[in-house]
Amino acid sequence: MRPLLVRGGRVIDPSQALDAPAQVLLVNGRVEALGPDLAPPDGAQVLDATGLVVCPGFVDLHTHLREPGEEEKETIATGALAGVRGGFTTLCAMPNTLPPIDTPALVEAVRRRAEEAGLARVLPIACVSKGRQGKELAELADLARAGAVAFSDDGSPVANAFLMRTALHYSTLTGLPIINHLEEPALARGVAHEGWVASRLGLPGIPPQAEESMAGRDIALCALTGGRLHLAHISTAGTAQMVRWAKERGLPVTAEATPHHLCLTDEWLLGTRGEGSPFAPLSPSAYDTHCKVNPPLRTRFHRDALQRALREGVIDAIATDHAPHTPVDKACTFQEASFGISGLETAFALCYTILVAQEGIPLLRLLEALTVGPARVLGEKGKGLGSLRPGSAGDLVVLDLRKRWTVDPSRFASKGKNTPLAGVTLQGMVVATVVGGRVVYDARSSPTGGRG
Amino acid sequence: MQSVKAKATPTPSPGFTAPWPHRHILDLDAFSPQDIETVLSLAQSMKQVLQREVKKVPSLRGKTIITCFHEPSTRTRISFETAGKLLSADVINMQATGSSVEKGESLVDTLLTLQATACDVLVLRHPHAGAPYLAARWLHRTSVVNAGDGTHAHPTQALLDIFTLREHLGTLEGRTIVIVGDIAHSRVARSNLWGLVRLGMRVVLCGPPTLLPWDLLNGRKETPGHPFATVEVETDLDKALEGADAVMALRLQKERMQTGLIPSLREYIALWQVNEHRLTRARPGALVLHPGPMNEGVEISPGVAHGASSVIQEQVTNGVAVRMALLYLLCTAQERHP
Repeated sequence: MRPLLVRGGRVIDPSQALDAPAQVLLVNGRVEALGPDLAPPDGAQVLDATGLVVCPGFVDLHTHLREPGEEEKETIATGALAGVRGGFTTLCAMPNTLPPIDTPALVEAVRRRAEEAGLARVLPIACVSKGRQGKELAELADLARAGAVAFSDDGSPVANAFLMRTALHYSTLTGLPIINHLEEPALARGVAHEGWVASRLGLPGIPPQAEESMAGRDIALCALTGGRLHLAHISTAGTAQMVRWAKERGLPVTAEATPHHLCLTDEWLLGTRGEGSPFAPLSPSAYDTHCKVNPPLRTRFHRDALQRALREGVIDAIATDHAPHTPVDKACTFQEASFGISGLETAFALCYTILVAQEGIPLLRLLEALTVGPARVLGEKGKGLGSLRPGSAGDLVVLDLRKRWTVDPSRFASKGKNTPLAGVTLQGMVVATVVGGRVVYDARSSPTGGRG
Repeated sequence: MQSVKAKATPTPSPGFTAPWPHRHILDLDAFSPQDIETVLSLAQSMKQVLQREVKKVPSLRGKTIITCFHEPSTRTRISFETAGKLLSADVINMQATGSSVEKGESLVDTLLTLQATACDVLVLRHPHAGAPYLAARWLHRTSVVNAGDGTHAHPTQALLDIFTLREHLGTLEGRTIVIVGDIAHSRVARSNLWGLVRLGMRVVLCGPPTLLPWDLLNGRKETPGHPFATVEVETDLDKALEGADAVMALRLQKERMQTGLIPSLREYIALWQVNEHRLTRARPGALVLHPGPMNEGVEISPGVAHGASSVIQEQVTNGVAVRMALLYLLCTAQERHP
C-alpha cells in the first residue's frame, strides 16, 4: 500500500488536545507521523486538505446494520458505505439481527462480511442473553474471544434485574462493557415522549421515568458488581444527572447520546420541524413517522440537559443509533411505524449545525465525543482508534465546516432513507474518509459531488 | 301537489356562500369560531330537511362518498351514510373486516385505491391516532373526514354535541359543561375541548386521576397561549356538577379496568356515575349528553339516560344534520370558491 500524506489541513485531534495546521503521514495503514513540515515519501499518494479540517475517523458505538436477516433494510456493505460517507471509520454493529449475534460463529460471520465490504471497520457487539431473550446469560467469554467488543440486547432492555446483575458481574472477566437499552417495559408502552405533544396527538406516551428507573437500577448494580456499564442512547435530564453522580463516585459507568436526542425535540412530531407554536392547529404533515424513534424525542428541557451533559463530558460519546428501515415501515400510521432514524450520513452535520454553530459547544469537544470518547468506552478493544498519535490506526476524516448542504435521503448510501431531516439545510460536510491508510471516500472525486 | 313540490327544493340554496377554508375535516383545532358558526347554521337548515315528509334533496347528486371504517361503529357510520344519501350523493360503505385489509393491504394502499375510484369524500375511522392526517397527506383529489382516530379526535361528534348544546342553551359563552369519565382516552372529549373552549364555554373535566388528560392540561394557567388555559379539573363529581348547565358522560371502556387504571366498576359507579341524585346539584333542567354507545348502569344510570333532560337521542338526529352540512361544505367548496 502506498503511503498517504494528508496535506494542508487544520488538524484537530482531541486525544492529544491538538488543534493546529499540520500534515498527517500514514504508512502501512497506521499513523506514521504528524507535523508541520512533512515531505511526502517517494511514491506517496497526497490528499489535499487545504482549508479543511482533518481529524481522527469517527467511532460509532451504536449502529444497526440489519445483516443477517433484514437485508432489505441494510446490509453490512451498504451500512459501511453510509458510515464512511458520514465520516465514521468504525461501526459497532448491534446484535439485534435475525438470528441475533449470540454465538462465536455469528460474531465471526459479521467480521468476515465487514472485511469483504472493506470500507469502515465493523466491530461486532454480541448479545447479553441467549437468543436476546432476556433469560439466560450468553457465553460472554467465548464471544469476547471471537471478537465481540461489547454486549447488548439493544432493541430490548435487559429487563430482569438478576440477569443484569449477573451480566455485569461476569463481564469483569472480559472487561468489556455491558450496554443496556434503558426501558422499563411496564412503563414504556407508548410510541412518543409522554407530554403535551403525545397527548395532543392522542398517542400513548413513554415517560422519562421508563428510562430513568432502569438507569438507576443499572448504576446500583454496577456499584454492586464492579462490572463495566455503558448506557445506550440516554435521552433524559434525569439519566444524565445519574450518570454525573455515578462518575463522581468513580463507578465504571459511561454513556452515549444520539445526534437526534441532542438536537431535536418531540415538537418535530407535529410536522413543524420544531418551529412555531406547539399549540398551533395540526396540519396533514403532523404524525411524522420519521420522528418515531426509541427512546422517543423528548422536550427542550431534556434536550438542553443532554447538551449540558455533553459539554461537561458526562456524556462520553455521540452514537448514531443508525436504524435503517424500508419506506413501507414508515408509510403508515404513527402507531404502526417502526422505531428508528437512519443517522450515519447526517450525524456530523446535524451535530455541527446545532451543537457547535448554534449552541456554541467547542468543536474540539464535539469531535472528542465522536472519536476518542467512544474509543475509550471500548477500553482495550478501542486502543489505537479515534486518535492521530503515531502508531494509531490510519483512520481519519476530512471535514469542510463551511459547506452547507440540503439533506436528500434519496441520495443516501444507506438503504434506510428514513430521516426527519429531508429538505433541511445543514452546515458541515464530510469531504473525505480514510480507513487503514486508504482513501475509501472522497466527495471531490465522486461523480455526483459526493452525495450520490 | 304544488306545495309538496316546493317543499322538496333543496334548503341549502346555491346562495349559501359563507367562506369555507377547509379541504379536510381533521379536527376542531383548525376551526375558528366563525367556521363552527357556519357549520351550525347550515346544519340548522339541514335539520329542517330531516323534518320534512320528503327528506331527500339533490344537492350532492353525482358526488361519491366512501365510508371506510377500521373499527366497529353503529351511529357514526349510519349517520354519515344517511347524511350522504339524503343529499343524493352515492354512498359506499367499506369495512376493514371482509376487505383487502384482511389480506394485509396497507392503509395507504387502501386509501389510494379508494381515491382511484374517483370518490369525492372519504370518511375514515381508524383505531390509530393520526390515520386521517396520513390520508390527507397522501390523497390529493379526495377530501378526508375524520370519523374518529384512536384516542385523538372525533370532530363531527363534537360538532353535533355543540349543535345540540346550542339548540337548548342558546349562546354557550359563560355556560358550564361537566365532562365526566375516561377523558384521557376519549377522542370525543378532546375534540369537544377544542370546540367548546373556542366558543367560550366553561369546561370542567371530572373522573379518576388515572383517566384525566394531565399532559394536555399541565402548565395551562402559566403558559402564554395555552389553548386550554380556562379548562378546570374537579375529581369530585358532586362538586363538579354544582350549577352546571350540561353534563356529558363518556363510555367507560372495560379494558381500562383490565389494565388496572381503576380498581373496580363498583367503585367507579359509586364515585363517577351520573345518576338522578347527583344531577340535582346541577342547574334545574341541565342537559345530559352521551356520545354513545352507553353502558347503562355504569357511567350513567338508566333513569338519567332516558330522563326528561336527556338529549341523547336528539344528538343522534343532530348528527345526521351536522354531517349533511359538512359533506355539503366539502363537496361544494370548490364550486363556491372557484
